[in-house]
Amino acid sequence: MQITVRFLDTFRRAADSDIYFSFRSSRLVMVATCVTAVYFLAAIFAPLIAPQNPFDLASLQLLDAFTPPVWMEGGDWRFPLGADDQGRDVLSTIMYGSRISLAVGFLAVLLAMLIGIAAGLVSGYFGGTVDAVIMRIADVQLSFPAILIALLIDGVTRGVVPKEEHDKIAFFVLILAIGLSLWVQYARTVRGSVMVEKNKEYVQAARVIGIPPALILVRHVLPNVMGPVLVISTINLAIAIITEATLSFLGVGAPPTTPSLGTLIRVGNNFIFSGEWWICIFPGFVLATLVLAVNLLGDWLRDALNPKLR
Amino acid sequence: MSSPSRQPLLEVRNLRVEFFGRRGRLLALDDVSFHIDPGEVLGVVGESGAGKSLTGASIIGLLEPPGRISGGEILLEGKRIDNLPYEELRRIRGRQIGAIFQDPLTSLNPLYRVGEQIVETIRTHLPMSEQQARKRGIELLQEVGIPSAAERFDHYPHQFSGGMRQRVVIALALCAEPKLIIADEPTTALDVSIQAQIITLLKRLCRDHGTAVMLVTHDMGVIAETADRVAVMYAGRIAEIGPVQDVVKRARHPYTHGLMGAIPEMGADIDKLTQIEGAMPRLNSIPPGCAFNPRCPSAFDRCREEKPYLLPVERSQVACWLYDETGARREAAHG
Amino acid sequence: MIAFILRRLAQAVLVMLTVAFIAFAMFNFVGDPINNMVGQDTSLQDREALRQSLGLNDPLVLRFGRFVANAAQGEFGVSFRLAEPVSRLILNALPATMELAIVAALLAVIFGVMLGVYTGLYPNRWLSRFFLTISLIGVSLPTFLIGILLILVFAVLLGLLPSFGRGEVVRIGWWSTGFLTWSGIKALILPSITLGLFQMTLIMRLVRSEMLEVMRTDYIKFARARGLTNRAINFGHALKNTLVPVITITGLQLGAIIAFAIITETVFQWPGMGLLFIQSVQFADIPVMAAYLILVAVIFVVINLIVDLLYFAVDPRLRIDGGRSGH
Repeated sequence: MQITVRFLDTFRRAADSDIYFSFRSSRLVMVATCVTAVYFLAAIFAPLIAPQNPFDLASLQLLDAFTPPVWMEGGDWRFPLGADDQGRDVLSTIMYGSRISLAVGFLAVLLAMLIGIAAGLVSGYFGGTVDAVIMRIADVQLSFPAILIALLIDGVTRGVVPKEEHDKIAFFVLILAIGLSLWVQYARTVRGSVMVEKNKEYVQAARVIGIPPALILVRHVLPNVMGPVLVISTINLAIAIITEATLSFLGVGAPPTTPSLGTLIRVGNNFIFSGEWWICIFPGFVLATLVLAVNLLGDWLRDALNPKLR
Repeated sequence: MSSPSRQPLLEVRNLRVEFFGRRGRLLALDDVSFHIDPGEVLGVVGESGAGKSLTGASIIGLLEPPGRISGGEILLEGKRIDNLPYEELRRIRGRQIGAIFQDPLTSLNPLYRVGEQIVETIRTHLPMSEQQARKRGIELLQEVGIPSAAERFDHYPHQFSGGMRQRVVIALALCAEPKLIIADEPTTALDVSIQAQIITLLKRLCRDHGTAVMLVTHDMGVIAETADRVAVMYAGRIAEIGPVQDVVKRARHPYTHGLMGAIPEMGADIDKLTQIEGAMPRLNSIPPGCAFNPRCPSAFDRCREEKPYLLPVERSQVACWLYDETGARREAAHG
Repeated sequence: MIAFILRRLAQAVLVMLTVAFIAFAMFNFVGDPINNMVGQDTSLQDREALRQSLGLNDPLVLRFGRFVANAAQGEFGVSFRLAEPVSRLILNALPATMELAIVAALLAVIFGVMLGVYTGLYPNRWLSRFFLTISLIGVSLPTFLIGILLILVFAVLLGLLPSFGRGEVVRIGWWSTGFLTWSGIKALILPSITLGLFQMTLIMRLVRSEMLEVMRTDYIKFARARGLTNRAINFGHALKNTLVPVITITGLQLGAIIAFAIITETVFQWPGMGLLFIQSVQFADIPVMAAYLILVAVIFVVINLIVDLLYFAVDPRLRIDGGRSGH
């Protein structure tokens, strides 16, 4: 309850501080919000609104393969953005692909958030050796790029799990790999906040009257970090979507049977040279604008929630 | 000492500085006028935020945006310098007007040897070879009292103590023989024991070189010891300006009076330190009339309505309606 | 200073041992190494004998020690996928990646610093705003998309530059270089831009914010008050003072370039270590993955050490032990 209140408060502050920004930048934020909302809705309701179910093999006809977008010669209104090599409607594959991309993104951020917050709370509250070990791991991991960490986790999983099984769990491996590569920033932020809070008198008092440490942390410390956590999560969502797309593009992410935006771009990339650019460029455009919009929202949230920058 | 026959070295006439911000304009300096004669030391005192440093920054053309000179003129030896293009003003800075800032710890670039910084400054303004500049730089360091100057010349700023660094800063300000030095709280950041040394040094050097000084400080003790004349600033205006003895011993403006009351003095006939009630107004809430009127013990109706201008009172000038018409008329009223 | 470097070296060794242990763990716990070496029909006794002869039954510490000793000599075993010694595979792929990474890093540093200084000195010019907007897009576009777009424009539509491979290479000893042939240089252009662009925008943003910070410091104000020329202030005093943080981040970014080369090499089919690594991941070719991991860690650690040494070159405050800091 308290967390929700704090959360709403954070949002209200963000809304208030918006006044300080020039009309131009808030207009940019408005556009970013709209773009994000449209993409989210299109992804969520893809089964209802997509012109075609690209995974229903019965509805596919190879004759339709490589149909160009409608405004080009030979275009067909059944395929507004053209069709791919298997006769699937590119618009529909993008809508279904965004589902996978966004789902992986959100779940990976959620995982990173849970791990990071837990590690930060433990590290900051208990200090000492526990803190030293957790922060050392964080340091080492932070000096390697997230994509490398995710690749390693993915590679190791492939070594453990037989190939046939791997496609089935690929979705969860992706979430695990990306989630594990993003927890550090949460842990550091939460740890810092805990170290500040834990010496405050009300926390000491709560400890004296015998309230368990876990409860103190969750009730009193956590609400204080919701603002920064929200900002990190927004920016991490952009990073997670890019990382997922990159892994899928590299062929170690979402399998072709459940393609994400990255998988679509990977497949489309093969047809760039033969002139069927739309198979690759449209998913690419959606990916780029989605990430840009989320990044803009993240930037704006950070400025709006950080009074120092004003 | 000020002599009316000679042309003043620096003349500031009706200087106005405004800040242009999101919430409109703030008047930071309001109609500030004063002059400095060659070789003279003018002390500028006032609380922080009174506009002392801003006046200094305006003179050397280093006001930072959104601050801007919006009125008045600044003349150096009779020539206007407030409207010069950047490049011409740059040639004046360091060459004709030197500057010393508050914090010697941060005034020097930590990544360059002090010698490099001195040579760079000399060669920017004077036609000297590297060798000549170096020789002159070492002499300067000796002159500001840095032991084994030739060796210290090649040291980095962090190898000097605070007091020594301020000596280096003074050497840097003097190295192109400027006619005026603007010293902005040169001792505030230093240990009390070193403050006196630095002030004595500055005074001696300026006397030897015939350099005039605008000494900005909030330390009346330093002013009393060093300055020839004093300007007292309050809320962006000059409250009182005059010879140091007059201002210190026979303060006219009620604000100066309060300020002097706040200095403990040996053998003085006051038995307690007085204190001015209230605080200086912020720039966005300066009252109409005299800026000091809400705190002034002798304020009357006119003070709340009409802004006082500098009125001559004997050898001083005072911005206070108490001195309108005849200088001493109401002096008895606040004693 | 010596103490500082020794401490850094000790840290570096610790990081290397950690990475080596991860690599070792991959070798030992991911799948059974014996399975990868012998056929299906090998008997249990034979397997056990092989296990014994390979020392796989030795205590963990001993096996780890042996692994480190072998790794130090560049011995990582045989690739499961290609049945060739890993060291030879890596060595063949190394020049391609290094040349790509070096050109990309140079592009990133040169243009990043130049644009950063410009946008930092003149934050309100429209050109600065333009560069900043572009940089935000640069940060948001995934590397592989930039590569694909470049290929589409310059290779497919305009037909100016090759879209894959290294072009003709010249062998100098074991090193193969693309710098000496026209086609080699042409082949480098698109991949190095793709790889360097992201780092360039990061460096530019960093230099810009540092520049803005430094321009507000007292010593810059004092330098102005001394009447120094803008040139001396901007490029002498200000730029040098922005270098310290810029070196740190740039150093880390150079390491990241090696890692990000995986993506660029995939897009452009560039025959380097990244491509080798990604193929190994797809086939769970553990020896190659382990070797790559260790090699990348070595490069990271070496770059970090160089960065530390550069600090001493730039910042005199660090050179004297116990010297007072100017902050």
